[in-house]
Amino acid sequence: MVRRILRSPLSVVGIVLVLIILLTALFAPLIATHSPTEVDLLSKLEAPSAEHYFGTDEVGRDIFSRIVYGTRISLRIGLLVVLISFPIGTILGAVAGYIGGRVDQVIMRITDVFLSFPGIILAMSIAAALGPSIENVMLALAATWWPWYTRIVRSSVLSIKNSEFIEASRALGANPFRILFKEVIPNAIAPATIQASLDLGFVILSAAGLSFIGLGAQPPSPEWGAMLSNSREILRDAWWAATFPGVAILLTVLGFNLLGDGLNDLLDPKQR
Amino acid sequence: MRMDALKFVGKRLLLMIPILIGISILTFAISNTIPGDPARLILGPKATPEGLEALREDMGLNDPLYVQYGRYMGGIFQGDLGQSTYSQKPVSADLIRYSPATFELTLFAMVITVLIGIPLGIISASKKDKIADQITRIFALIGVAMPAFWLGLLLLLLFYLKLGVFPGSGRLDSGMSPPTYITGMYTVDALLTGNWPVFKAAVMHLVLPGITLAAITIGMITRMTRSSMLEVLKSDYIRTAHAKGAPENRVLYGHALRNGVMPVITLLGMAFGHALGGSVLVESVFSWPGLGRYAVNAITYLDFPAVMGVTLLIAILFILVNLIVDTLYFFIDPRLKHN
Amino acid sequence: MALLEVTNLKQHFTSKKGVLAEKTIIKAVDGVSITIEEGQTLGVVGESGCGKSSLGRSILGLVQPTEGSIKFKGEEVTEMSSKQMKELRKDMQVVFQDPYASLNPRNTIRQILEAPLIIHKIGNKKERKERIESLVAKIGIRKEQLNNYPHEFSGGQRQRIGIARALTLNPKLIIADEPVSALDVSVQSQVLNLMVDLQQEMNLSYMFISHDLSVVQHISDKVAVMYLGRVVEIANVDELYSRPLHPYTQALLSAVPIADPLQKRNRIVLQGDLPSPANPPSGCPFHTRCPMAVKECASIVPNLEEKSPEHFAACIRV
Repeated sequence: MVRRILRSPLSVVGIVLVLIILLTALFAPLIATHSPTEVDLLSKLEAPSAEHYFGTDEVGRDIFSRIVYGTRISLRIGLLVVLISFPIGTILGAVAGYIGGRVDQVIMRITDVFLSFPGIILAMSIAAALGPSIENVMLALAATWWPWYTRIVRSSVLSIKNSEFIEASRALGANPFRILFKEVIPNAIAPATIQASLDLGFVILSAAGLSFIGLGAQPPSPEWGAMLSNSREILRDAWWAATFPGVAILLTVLGFNLLGDGLNDLLDPKQR
Repeated sequence: MRMDALKFVGKRLLLMIPILIGISILTFAISNTIPGDPARLILGPKATPEGLEALREDMGLNDPLYVQYGRYMGGIFQGDLGQSTYSQKPVSADLIRYSPATFELTLFAMVITVLIGIPLGIISASKKDKIADQITRIFALIGVAMPAFWLGLLLLLLFYLKLGVFPGSGRLDSGMSPPTYITGMYTVDALLTGNWPVFKAAVMHLVLPGITLAAITIGMITRMTRSSMLEVLKSDYIRTAHAKGAPENRVLYGHALRNGVMPVITLLGMAFGHALGGSVLVESVFSWPGLGRYAVNAITYLDFPAVMGVTLLIAILFILVNLIVDTLYFFIDPRLKHN
Repeated sequence: MALLEVTNLKQHFTSKKGVLAEKTIIKAVDGVSITIEEGQTLGVVGESGCGKSSLGRSILGLVQPTEGSIKFKGEEVTEMSSKQMKELRKDMQVVFQDPYASLNPRNTIRQILEAPLIIHKIGNKKERKERIESLVAKIGIRKEQLNNYPHEFSGGQRQRIGIARALTLNPKLIIADEPVSALDVSVQSQVLNLMVDLQQEMNLSYMFISHDLSVVQHISDKVAVMYLGRVVEIANVDELYSRPLHPYTQALLSAVPIADPLQKRNRIVLQGDLPSPANPPSGCPFHTRCPMAVKECASIVPNLEEKSPEHFAACIRV
């Protein structure tokens, strides 16, 4: 299995990127050359150099170090949002698919309602209602993300719910709860898991967008979207402030996407 | 056939009703999660308990939730989305004012997406695993993973600040007055009234935000076109055409194209939704005076009715566009007619 | 008292395609009465789609019967509370057709075999372990293999694991739905022999569902032949195979390959396809394909009658 992943060069790029991101987040204090928040007005708006790899912003903060610490924020957002929305979506999807009938109807209509908003718009209005903070952005994103898992899990549950091993379990007298959690979900979860790995990237992208319009992380937090938002004020004087945080977002999203695509090919080799 | 089409559209319209009700419930619920007491927000910290209570009663905040929801729905049906606390105007009037700019931008981006995304996907599929394919795929991957607002900043930096070839904000050059109002989309209105200087300016202003917004959807459409084309190229009838000795180009353009591109049409609705969502970010980069910028401003000034108005409008637009796309597809794909 | 007594059981399904389409009723099981004695095996044969699997699933309570009575040890199953039903599960178990689909691919054999004991809260961890190990010894699987996953076993081994799972609760009756038809012929007899051995050792009763008459003959005491949801003939195995009365049974038996090429035989070839159970023929459901059919067959629904001692058939022509 490992060998099959390694055969696809793009998957390898994905794995390497994800590893770099994880290590950066883990060892941020060792990698960063400066404090991410310390103001140094004497060296403000400096271009990239050996001292400041990615230059400095309008109050002299080291952009490289800020990006390094920002990895932690972004990863935390991505992981938490997926960790909240994935179980909710999975359980609802499994219940809808396995029980069917009215329950299925109700769950899927609710899902349709959530999916009839462009994701970022719904997240924006929820986050706006809750008030600007990074926690609220996470809640808002989780609230808009679960329906995707519900759909995916429901359809894979439908494809296995009449399997003989599930009937066997019913014939043994297992209660629906046990059947759902021990038999149905473990066998229906793979496609949603792959989606979750892709979503880690997309969640980070969306969160950066919400921070960009002032809903998420608030200055002076070294969140990438907030840094880009801030860079608009100094766009004329400091191209680097607008460039490097975006590269960080791009590479992170790309890494998780490639990883997800690689996993997807493993699961379904016909897809390519 | 006409009956079929009517039945199809009618059925889709019926299915829309529960979704629309759901959307209104959801937006109502979100409006109700605003932390804090709206009455206190309005009256400020010096309010007396009696004053607060009176205002609450007056605003209907003491009514049961379903009564409040009924009132909210009744308002929506009369086009009453509340008063914007920032602009001091009815939200519906603001939405009408700002919508054309967003339509113009989104439509422009969709045109770019179709003109670039679909051909790229076709080329990529027909040259599978060759250099052109590899480059296109990487391009599409980056397009999907890139934050559009960041691309906007980079374009602004390069083409506006450094090179000065395109304008960087707004819809027209400063001092220029908009064309006679017909659709509210400046390019269209200028064209209709033959106002060339305004038309030229309007197009120039559209270029950077349009490309930025299109970047969100081009990657997606390219990937979908590619995989759809590949599927068709693998299918039996294409292999038959090859076996019969049909020339390569005829196979590609005659047989494969129609069947390969058709499924992509259904995705245009989704792409449009993405573009609408993205417009919130892109408009704020280019100070484009549309719904997105209006919403972001509203957020900054804690102007709730305005945020919810934009949300509701965009959701309804998204559903309508999907309905239109489905109907289009119904006319194009003969198989659906018999279903 | 019979162990299992099924009377006039009906299992109808309604299917509806699309929102506006009309409902169609599929009479998968349409008035079946059978009994199974303790320690005995009832074979149920018929073509696919004749309702034999639905009969099994209905008896197991996997689907709610539309009508009729199922008595297990004299107690009415269809009126049981879910608690009583759970108790009943211990006595009545199932073995499925496809050994590749009937074991959860994500669980080890140990987990699969332990599940029934956990569900019914039997024994502590150590006792369960001993029980599982003694069980796999019976089916010829080493206890070192308990931590392997289903895909690491052959079809025959998997089916034996499926049987072991059914046995964990010490049942009285096992409903085996085509338990060997997915297996190679060489493996089939191994599994059948195992089932016979276990029957003697544990005093089991089987309801053995199969489309294969030679397999059924090997294991059954009594055989019921089903056609379009009804039992058309039922008799002791030797009687039925040597003196089939119903023309459908005769046709089925004439198609069974026999070892002795010199033995004279007239193969009866059935005409036409199996009618849809959603739209069964009038009168005798078999009359559209019956070589002996007369005009009355299209209008008279034949009852299952005792044509000779202990030999029942549903045909007005015999």
